[in-house]
Amino acid sequence: MSNSAITMQSVNKWYGQFHVLRDINLDVKKGERIVICGPSGSGKSTMIRCINRLEEHQKGDIIVDGIPLTANVKNIDDVRREVGMVFQHFNLFPHLTVLENLTLAPMWVRKQPKAQAEENAMKFLTRVKIPEQALKYPGQLSGGQQQRVAIARALCMNPKVMLFDEPTSALDPEMIKEVLDVMVDLAQGGMTMLCVTHEMAFARQVANRVIFMDQGQIVEQNEPEAFFNNPQSPRTKKFLEQILH
Amino acid sequence: MTLEYVRTADAPLLPAPASAAGFWARMRERFAPTPISGVGTVIIGALLVWAVWTILQWAVFSAVWSAENREPCNVAGAGACWPFVKAKALQWVYGFYPIEERWRANVVFLLGGLSMLGLLVPRIPYKGWNALFFFVIYPIISYVLLTGGRFGLEAVGTEQWGGLLVTLIVAVTGIVASVPLGILLALGRRSEMPVVRTLCTAFIEIVRGVPLITVLFMASVMFPLFMPPGINPDKLLKALIGVALFSAAYMAETVRGGLQAIPKGQYEASMAVGLSYWRTMLLVVMPQALKIVIPGIVNSFISLFKDTSLVSIIGIFDLFNMVQSGFNDATWASAQTGNTGYFALAIIYWVFCFAMSRYSQFIERRLNTGYKR
Repeated sequence: MSNSAITMQSVNKWYGQFHVLRDINLDVKKGERIVICGPSGSGKSTMIRCINRLEEHQKGDIIVDGIPLTANVKNIDDVRREVGMVFQHFNLFPHLTVLENLTLAPMWVRKQPKAQAEENAMKFLTRVKIPEQALKYPGQLSGGQQQRVAIARALCMNPKVMLFDEPTSALDPEMIKEVLDVMVDLAQGGMTMLCVTHEMAFARQVANRVIFMDQGQIVEQNEPEAFFNNPQSPRTKKFLEQILH
Repeated sequence: MTLEYVRTADAPLLPAPASAAGFWARMRERFAPTPISGVGTVIIGALLVWAVWTILQWAVFSAVWSAENREPCNVAGAGACWPFVKAKALQWVYGFYPIEERWRANVVFLLGGLSMLGLLVPRIPYKGWNALFFFVIYPIISYVLLTGGRFGLEAVGTEQWGGLLVTLIVAVTGIVASVPLGILLALGRRSEMPVVRTLCTAFIEIVRGVPLITVLFMASVMFPLFMPPGINPDKLLKALIGVALFSAAYMAETVRGGLQAIPKGQYEASMAVGLSYWRTMLLVVMPQALKIVIPGIVNSFISLFKDTSLVSIIGIFDLFNMVQSGFNDATWASAQTGNTGYFALAIIYWVFCFAMSRYSQFIERRLNTGYKR
């Protein structure tokens, strides 16, 4: 078994004529925690969405947990089972209760019996500290609570990798911390994580590596301390100046 | 002058003043918030009183309540001729279904009514078994019972069926068939496969662009011309298929409207947890899309229910045709017979449609999970 959770080799992607991802090479070790930052439109979200095939890449190879992502539907299904995703806008299923949101995929995809799926769901709801909300509907929860449910929903599939696509960007300031706390807890538990986020304190605290993207390319990557204290590329410097004031 | 301010005690919570919440304040706000709308209230109120009075005058005060024939109804100044309705009521319900076989229609009504009640009232358990009965077993039982010719039952041709029985058969078949067909057509129209998309779009646009009367005429007159001689499916069956396909095209566009309202994130979240296309549709997208378009779906149901009266054009004696044909009965033909018949007809259609409307509002409230975004 290789030690890589995700390998991206010379990945390229176009929207029509627009070249959104340019020669992306990335190797994510098991248990590694990576924070991806960069200006709006730099291809950060597109890159992590390629990892579970919400976006299709046109050139290059993506291998997730040993499974190559091709047009093969079975491979796509296999990868999606192993990769959990958390979205900026939560995307909970509004017609289902919190508990039903959590048990839907385990019951239909993993074929778990209802009782087992619910027990497992309650375990993860406790872990994100909202077991008392299990029978409510997403619309009755605050943004921070909804995002924690979304994290628990992804965890219920026991993924090997978690992708976070700007998980705190749609939250009111006072709710950001409760979500970040859960993510820190997850990181300390050894989960392989790729986070697109501008929460630099979070990056310093948990990331093994910070990646800076601009115009569809990986421009710079380094350990957090070196990345923030001593950026090399002028583009990185300019970006950090803007977000760190 | 200082900008510094610190609140030390909370301002008291007070009840609203009577001018904002009292009985008269509410009355005033509802009926005469401004002098002009007050005048409007009076004028509309007067019109309403006049209309209700006129109808009551005709339908109750000067109506004829008992008669053996048309004589009492046929005098000047007479109102509604209710004995006509009473004399024809059974025919309105069963059409020309043989009198001694009407119990078969009654069984069909009863089973249909009970199982529909079981499906529609949320508190009644065994929804799955009930659905199996209503959608699979019940149509078979109804078909065998009504047509007869088996199990020692006398055969009754569909040309003898009529009245409310036929109206309900056409309406319920159309309603039940149009929903799944419409969903499939809507999914097909949004499909990424060009052949499927083109076929579904073509079907929807062609059927929607043609009046129902034309569809019914084509089914009953033109269709047999294209078939080998001797093959001519039952007239009622052709009407049923015509109505079902016609309403499916409308249903497809209603459902498509709901599908378009579902954010892309719902599909993405569903796929990201590993659900396949069909499970995403069945478990995530459709429940939300259909809930959004409940008003549109019920709108289609209601319009379909009333449009069943068009089958009378191809010689099927549905409720509408049955009522109308009674006007020529020499025993009852009078100046008020037609008015009375149409009035009763309107009430019957209205009761069914209003019931559907109220039920849909109940379901909408019940499905409201407080999600807003």
